[in-house]
Amino acid sequence: MSEKVQKIVEIADDELILGWRDSEWTGIAPSLEEDVAFSSIAQNEIGHARALYELAARELGTDADTLAFDRDPGEYLSAPLVEERRMDWAHTIARHFLYETADEIRLAALKDSDDAEVAGLAAKMDREEQYHRLHARMWRDRLQDEPRFVDALEELWPAAVAVLPEELRPQMSERLQLDLPSNSLLRGFERGSHSEELRPLLDEMTMVRRSVPGATW
Amino acid sequence: MGALSRARGSSLIFEVFRQEKKGAAFAHAGSVEAPDATFAHAYAHEQYGRRQESEALWVVPRDAIHEVHDFHDELHQTYHRVDGYPLKEKLRLARERAGGTAKSVDALSAGGG
Repeated sequence: MSEKVQKIVEIADDELILGWRDSEWTGIAPSLEEDVAFSSIAQNEIGHARALYELAARELGTDADTLAFDRDPGEYLSAPLVEERRMDWAHTIARHFLYETADEIRLAALKDSDDAEVAGLAAKMDREEQYHRLHARMWRDRLQDEPRFVDALEELWPAAVAVLPEELRPQMSERLQLDLPSNSLLRGFERGSHSEELRPLLDEMTMVRRSVPGATW
Repeated sequence: MGALSRARGSSLIFEVFRQEKKGAAFAHAGSVEAPDATFAHAYAHEQYGRRQESEALWVVPRDAIHEVHDFHDELHQTYHRVDGYPLKEKLRLARERAGGTAKSVDALSAGGG
């Protein structure tokens, strides 16, 4: 897998897994409006994953569904931050806010890519992500004095930093005015290691697909 | 009291108007409940725009809307209304007056009535 394809699959895996995790709130979000909004955001993330998988699949000579659903858990390149099972609302919003911040930095770098196709897709995704960021920031503003939210931000900060490649991490630290975590704090959250929650998630996510292998849906 | 319970306590209703195409009139689409205008904006965007069904939205606090609904007509002032002037009847009379050469009148009646 080339460096370019690896980068695309990393982001696609993040978006797919987080989209799936966020969709665990469908039907039980704090208000009906929030339910619709958060579910819609979750669907958008999965839509971004699809576009990225399609791009990577062309390079790898496979298709998007195969990439998304037919790999072993160890082959996924997602960051542990997005893998954790649905948490309380404070943690969910903290993860959402941190992820959107990291994603904005990552997409900005990708928009400058030499590869026109990658840059174009990043620009498209970024336009949709603006509404995710609006949603994340309004919740951050609302909860920022809540001890549960403050604790959740602090707890998830190392895993959030680890979403980004090393060269982009200082931007994250500067943007949120938080010190970069030490290497020992980052260990366990780096891409390549996975949360224990990933395997059960993938089992559930691919249950229907695996029920009739090779079927055309 | 936490922010979450404050949010419950002070929810506002915002009415949402949706424009389907550029230049079209905005029509009432529904409402969203939200703690403030920023939340209302985000919620309306997802609820009434995620399927690309809207060109633009107006999100308006319900309090800003002045409802006017008292329309009495005790004295039957029907002269304000146009339903006393059926065009069809006028056209029929005009046709009669014009006799057999009523082609232009027919053209008129096609568009009116």
